[in-house]
Amino acid sequence: MNQLTRIISVFLLFAFVGGGVIAQPVEEELVADTLSPSAPMPPTNVRVKDKPNDPGHGLIVEWDLSPDDGAGLNIVVMYDILRSDSPDGEFVSRGMLPSQETQFEDVDDTPPTEDIPNPYFMPKNSNWYYKIVAISDQQVRSEPSELASGTTLENLFHWGKLPILFGVLIFSGFLLIFITSAKKGKELYVRPLSGINAVDDAIGRATEMGKPILFVLGLGTAGDIATIAGFTILSRVAKRTAEYQTKVLVPVQDPVVLAVAQETVRTAYLEAGRPDQYDPDNVFYVTALQFPYVAAVNGIMLREQPATNFYMGIFYAESLILAETGNIAGSIQISGTDQIAQLPFFVAATDYTLIGEELYAASAYLSREPVQLGTLKAQDYSKAVVMIIVILGAIAITTGLPYLLDMVTVRL
Amino acid sequence: MKREIPILLVGITGFAMLIQYFIPTGWSEFIFTYSQDWVIVIGILAMPLGIWSLVKANVSKLKVPGERFYSAVLLAGFLIMVLTCLKRENLEMGSLHMDMFTYVLVPIQATIFSLLAFFIASAAYRAFRARSVLATILLLTAFIVMLRFLPLGPISTLNLKAVSWILSVPNMAVNRAIMMGIGLGATATAIKIILGIERTYMGHD
Amino acid sequence: MTFLEKLMQIDRRWIYLAIGLAVIIPTIWPFDVPVTVSPEVRKIYDFVDEMEAGEYLFVCIDYDPSSMAELNPMAIAIINQAFQKDLKLLFVTLSQFGPGLVEQITSGLAEDHNKVRGEDYIFLGYRPYPAIVIMAMGVDFRVPFPVDYYGTPLDEQPIMDGIKNFDDVKGVIEITSGSTADFWLIYGNGRYGFPLAIGITGVMSANFYQYLSSGQLFGIIPGVKGAAEYEKLVGYPGEGMAQMAYQVIAHTVIILFIIMSNVAYFATRKKRQQMGGGT
Repeated sequence: MNQLTRIISVFLLFAFVGGGVIAQPVEEELVADTLSPSAPMPPTNVRVKDKPNDPGHGLIVEWDLSPDDGAGLNIVVMYDILRSDSPDGEFVSRGMLPSQETQFEDVDDTPPTEDIPNPYFMPKNSNWYYKIVAISDQQVRSEPSELASGTTLENLFHWGKLPILFGVLIFSGFLLIFITSAKKGKELYVRPLSGINAVDDAIGRATEMGKPILFVLGLGTAGDIATIAGFTILSRVAKRTAEYQTKVLVPVQDPVVLAVAQETVRTAYLEAGRPDQYDPDNVFYVTALQFPYVAAVNGIMLREQPATNFYMGIFYAESLILAETGNIAGSIQISGTDQIAQLPFFVAATDYTLIGEELYAASAYLSREPVQLGTLKAQDYSKAVVMIIVILGAIAITTGLPYLLDMVTVRL
Repeated sequence: MKREIPILLVGITGFAMLIQYFIPTGWSEFIFTYSQDWVIVIGILAMPLGIWSLVKANVSKLKVPGERFYSAVLLAGFLIMVLTCLKRENLEMGSLHMDMFTYVLVPIQATIFSLLAFFIASAAYRAFRARSVLATILLLTAFIVMLRFLPLGPISTLNLKAVSWILSVPNMAVNRAIMMGIGLGATATAIKIILGIERTYMGHD
Repeated sequence: MTFLEKLMQIDRRWIYLAIGLAVIIPTIWPFDVPVTVSPEVRKIYDFVDEMEAGEYLFVCIDYDPSSMAELNPMAIAIINQAFQKDLKLLFVTLSQFGPGLVEQITSGLAEDHNKVRGEDYIFLGYRPYPAIVIMAMGVDFRVPFPVDYYGTPLDEQPIMDGIKNFDDVKGVIEITSGSTADFWLIYGNGRYGFPLAIGITGVMSANFYQYLSSGQLFGIIPGVKGAAEYEKLVGYPGEGMAQMAYQVIAHTVIILFIIMSNVAYFATRKKRQQMGGGT
């Protein structure tokens, strides 16, 4: 080979080898920088605790933020909470939370059935293992965090409802004090209620006019407190009408209320010494629907022309229709309800209105029994305690003292 | 014993449900749901009682000249609605039963509801008079709230702000006050029933 | 008896006649009423308006036929807005009379906006015991509703992909005649903390402004007026705005009667006091 050929060969060799050596690493470096986004760091200090105040079907997972969440690379947008029933088992996602969140509530209290298998059900006293993965804005997942485990426990007391228990105990305490002092013969003053004072006059009016009394117990069920309060007033009214030999008509909207109302009126007549005058057809069922019931009662009012109407119980939109029809019939009307939206209509259209708790207090007012009056005083003192808490709460909010609010907050 | 057993039953059940409220365990939730179901069952069992009362009262009124027309209409309506829904397919849209419900019962209910429009006017005419200071405040407040329905131009914007304030501040305060009183009253009545102090619902004094 | 004394004791049938005429006039001579939007209604509109296409809104329709006239317009306006914005809608009803109403509203509006059931919206159905249903939905919609109203399993419907409970919806709007609002407040917003707004009848709305003040509700649509305001915002004038003419006339008549009553009252007060009749 002559010298020129040797030089050309060496040159070509250098060109190929040198070019390949020089070119490739540059291309590799460029590919690595643009096609491999960084993975975020996982969150740390993962801990699992039992969910409080539950029947044992939930756990709370907490963690410290990933170093790349709001700091560092600042690329974390989501956390994926993974769970398994064993440390080496398959981990499934239980939920995703956005960045800056550090707590997740894992609850599943639906036991599996034949039709609906639920592999995620968490029975009580079961162990669960958690890992958390941080996800970046490029959808790159971090390495899983360290494993943490917890056991679901059935709690025997709902600590979130503690303020309610305190309230009940305070109220019961007042109740015991005032019932005891009432039984000892202490005179208890209660403010007069014009609606209650008018009951006897209203019954007397009906007797003089020879017209019946209409008693409407409203649209509630026998389990509603307002309806029960209505029964107590019905009992007193029925006893008085038995003594005066005046008819009392009681149309009802619920069959269970019918049974209780019939028994109430029958016993009232018995206690008044007039069992023979009790007519069960005077306490009758009408219908379960709201407006048909109203139509029926309106018809009774216009045909029977009662001298006195009592509306005691739960009422809805029909309150004004009843009251105005009673007005057309020329009846004197005494109403009482705990439905705040209907109170304005009763106040405008009836002669006397018992507002909210005055309906519940009617029993005590009518019987004047010391024990009943004692419960009224207990209510009043409890209301004073509530007022003090409201004032303290307003101060707490204004001055930024949240622990007082925490004391009275109920967490269901 | 005739009086004591029901009072004891009520007391035990009442205390049990009170304790149940504070216990979040599975059996506690089961007792709650089970008792709710029983309330519905009792209601359904009581339904024949109501129907019997209704039919009996109206059949006896058929003999009374002034009452017989309305009782006859009631009994006829009752029988027609019962006889037209004896089979499940009768509850589908297009059946006679559902047509009577949709084209007779629903419009009648709407008609009774619409009486409110007339009655509110007559009640307002009678009640909204400035008899006293409180009545005057009520009257003026009602005026301001009613004015929001009228197109008054720039005054409407001011009026809406006033209405929002009235509903959000004094109305809210009064609502909460009445609700607190109702809550305490309901608690007192419930405790009286549980302790057997209140027994008139049983028909005994 | 003077004219003013007669006015004090006017036969109520004249009042009924006046109201009757008041609601007949707009039927014969319909007219538009300019509507001013109140802040509590605007908040709901803005909330839905700020949602993006594909986000989920939960709508609960809890009323019966007797409240349809007042509540249907607001339901239709909200759904129109949501469909316009291509939001995904989940419907449920906790009222026993609700299923027929929901079916009627959703199928009609979906057709207007070319929306497909199962992809753009889903109607879960009806279950009793509102408190229990709301708490169960907070865990998983599939718990109380394994299948939708039409019997199709939720997991077979594309709209439910990746959707488990209230954490996955932007907010809840409940349209009710009043009975179920308390359940949503206590067991829904109180327990799970999702944004909650209500559309409610006018007479019940006054009870719920307190929850607006406390932040438990982010908006209220009160009655027909609220529905008209919402329709104005959405740009879909419907029954709400049509009813405003009747509202205006009827309220004007009532206000005039009240003024008349007070004029007569004050004019005759002196004479009554002289006669010892008091008020």
